[in-house]
Amino acid sequence: MATTVNTPTSPDKAGSMRREKLQDTISGYIFIFPALFFFTIFTVFPILYGAFLALFKINLTTIDNRTFVGLDNFPKVWESEDFQTALFNTARFSFFVVILQTILALLLAVAVNQKIRGRTFFRTAFFFPSISSSVVISIIFLWVFNKYGILNYVLSLIGINGPVWVDDPKTALPSIMGLNIWTTAGTFMVIYLAALQDIPAQLYEAASVDGATPIQKFLRITVPLLTPTTFFVVTLGIIGTFQVFDQAFVISAGSGGPEKSTLTIVFFIYQQAFKERNGMGVAAAGAVILFVIIFSLTLIQRRFFKTEQNY
Amino acid sequence: MAVSAKIPASSTTIVNESSPWMRRVVKIVAYAFLIGFALLQFIPFIWALSASFKNAAEIQTSLSFPPKFIPDSPTLQNYIDIFTIVPFGTWYINSFIVGITTTVLTLFFSATSGYAFARIPFPGRDIIFWMIIGTMAIPGVITIVPTYILLRTLGLTDSLQGLIIPFMVTSFGIFLMKQFFVSIPAELEEAARVDGAGRIRTFVQIVLPLARPALSALTIFTFMGRWNDFLMPLIIIGKSELFTLPLGMSSFRGQYKTDWNLLMSGSILVMIPIVIIYIAFQRFFIQGISTTGMK
Repeated sequence: MATTVNTPTSPDKAGSMRREKLQDTISGYIFIFPALFFFTIFTVFPILYGAFLALFKINLTTIDNRTFVGLDNFPKVWESEDFQTALFNTARFSFFVVILQTILALLLAVAVNQKIRGRTFFRTAFFFPSISSSVVISIIFLWVFNKYGILNYVLSLIGINGPVWVDDPKTALPSIMGLNIWTTAGTFMVIYLAALQDIPAQLYEAASVDGATPIQKFLRITVPLLTPTTFFVVTLGIIGTFQVFDQAFVISAGSGGPEKSTLTIVFFIYQQAFKERNGMGVAAAGAVILFVIIFSLTLIQRRFFKTEQNY
Repeated sequence: MAVSAKIPASSTTIVNESSPWMRRVVKIVAYAFLIGFALLQFIPFIWALSASFKNAAEIQTSLSFPPKFIPDSPTLQNYIDIFTIVPFGTWYINSFIVGITTTVLTLFFSATSGYAFARIPFPGRDIIFWMIIGTMAIPGVITIVPTYILLRTLGLTDSLQGLIIPFMVTSFGIFLMKQFFVSIPAELEEAARVDGAGRIRTFVQIVLPLARPALSALTIFTFMGRWNDFLMPLIIIGKSELFTLPLGMSSFRGQYKTDWNLLMSGSILVMIPIVIIYIAFQRFFIQGISTTGMK
């Protein structure tokens, strides 16, 4: 650029710059083309195609044979008793899991962040469940939740006669909540831990000089300063829990039972699509509704945290 | 980040400047809490490991209190039986084929496009990049129906290709690589380019070797994701010889509900590669999680 000020731009120079620009454009597109090609087909297209399919009645065996039904699939979803059950179950699941896993993750992070021995060990151990197969974890927990499993043994020590957790409609969903919290608390702990290390130590020192107790410091310094991280953790939590499926499928042996107590929204979509003869379109409509639910919750949540920050 | 580099990191947080007595109390509470949670995390795994070495008779009689963690007569029989009762070996191979192939392809697509998004100026670049990132906000399960129909139209249902091709290019991979390439200094590449090396040569000889940490993190995340995936195999795979491990284990659990010894040995076998990779690469995990907050 500086050269153009001193010397008049020679046509030669401008030409070489133009050539370089063209070369960049060509090589840029060569570099992104392979990725963009497959991304468009397998990620972008299905998103649009899904919204389109929600307008049809589709037969599972002859998928090309479809009838346009307009928006009829949408009331079919929300008026369906199964969907209402699934929505209620999923909302309950999300509510308890997000709150408990967030609190647990924060407390674990604060504890690990104290100057204690074995930090790396704890961090490694707590993170491990979230990289294990959800199917395998669910099978292991079936063994834990068994009539004579380790959980009921612990309860028997305090005189409680535990049920077969996953066979009782009252305890099946809470069991899956428990295993979910057990799995994800460690992941979110790692996120909190990274944020904790950015809080300046002086803040705590100043508070100590003023005679603040550890609990006061936690509530007045740590929690408020971690608000952005909490927003992030809660958002990921909502998105994750509203998609819960694997655990419910394995625990209920693919039925969503007992008495539909473990039927979740994704489970409903799966059943409509692959267990009903003409349910593909209804399932696609259910997916659109699930997207709207997750999206709105994220927005509401964001607003809630914004006002919290402006106190 | 820049701020915290100047200020001493607050690893001592709450205990700083407090009285020694208070400091000790805080520490004891922290330890008790962490050890308690660590036990809670380990016991299910140990309990599963112990069951995997018990013989069938002991499993049936062990349905009483108190639970026994040490098997009476430890046996490896379950680990042999699971390969004969179900095609567990085939599932294992399928999982490896899917995991490794997808990972290699993901590395290729993410590195090439991530590099272009970070370094090569071309018209439309930012719009395309933000379009790709925008899809991250859309939960994956929402597209199960259209993806199933698409794969069926392409003849990819009931094939391992169907478990690989849709996952070759991910917005997460592109994002991770782009962020990394932006963070490394451009001088080395510029020097090579002044010497007359073309874009592709610079990329292969200079940039890729530097990208090893990011490529390692992406390798682990991609492999884990495919290894553990359940929903996609469930909807597109019907033949048992094409099952991957999670789908195989789920169908096995449906048939052999109370053969806990076999179920637990299968579970342990599914976890072994993950444990090995985790221990070998755990620093990349923590880095990846902390910087992107993604699984």
